[in-house]
Amino acid sequence: MTVLFIVLTAAMLVCAFMAFRAERLIISALWLAACSAFLALLMYLLGAYAVAVIELSVGAGLVTVLFVFAISIAGEESIEARSIVPKPVALIISLVAIVLLGFMTVSSLTSLSPATEPSFSEMLWQQRGLDMLVQSGLLFAAVVGMLGLLAEAKMPAKEKQAVKAKEPKLSQPAVTPATAPVTHEVKP
Amino acid sequence: MTTLQIAIIGVLGLIGVGLYGLLITRNLIKVVIALQVLVKGALLALVAAGTASGKINLGQSLAVMVIIVDTVVAVISLALALQIKRRMGTLDVKELATLKK
Repeated sequence: MTVLFIVLTAAMLVCAFMAFRAERLIISALWLAACSAFLALLMYLLGAYAVAVIELSVGAGLVTVLFVFAISIAGEESIEARSIVPKPVALIISLVAIVLLGFMTVSSLTSLSPATEPSFSEMLWQQRGLDMLVQSGLLFAAVVGMLGLLAEAKMPAKEKQAVKAKEPKLSQPAVTPATAPVTHEVKP
Repeated sequence: MTTLQIAIIGVLGLIGVGLYGLLITRNLIKVVIALQVLVKGALLALVAAGTASGKINLGQSLAVMVIIVDTVVAVISLALALQIKRRMGTLDVKELATLKK
């Protein structure tokens, strides 16, 4: 069991790291999906069955589809220039954050004690009912916000009229110099 | 080494990788990917804490909320990235930092 945990954790971390190393954005999205899948497996082994299923379907499925959709619209853009923060500085900041977080986590683990609790459905729908209400409102706001963001910008009425006036009418094609009839003037 | 300790190592690794990626990445879509990795670390931390304290259902219900909020963040930020690409023509964070159209 421990070996399986170690293998899954290592695979998850490798996938997370490769999501940044990959040159193409679409490959990054696929590495992220693999990371989500390994995370779901870890959660399942830890006993969080419901969250594992949700993570696998939402994290590895829906979010990946969203990324692929966004990348296909925005297109691949390779930005080869230097990063804003130098890489050694970023590495040091990350290591310091990990050490501090690890110290805090290990020191707080000793005070934990096992306790009894209600079932998952009771916990989710009754004890955390307000959370569910907020989440449904949040989802609705996200859908409305995304529709607003993805919609094409509307042109003001005055500009629209000006553009229409400039456009040539289809019934009377514009006469270009190349197609204009040649008139021969006869001088007396 | 217990499974809980391995899970905590995974949490720290995910948060470290996510933070490092957030600092070095210049592509806006990769920044969203870095945020996703960071949130995955928080998710695993919630589940591991629930297992450790014997309140796995509380950990699960909080993790469900984090997943939903994370998905909403991803949707909104990707839509924003698309609009930025349409208007500015680039996803480079350094170029966008000038705020010039």
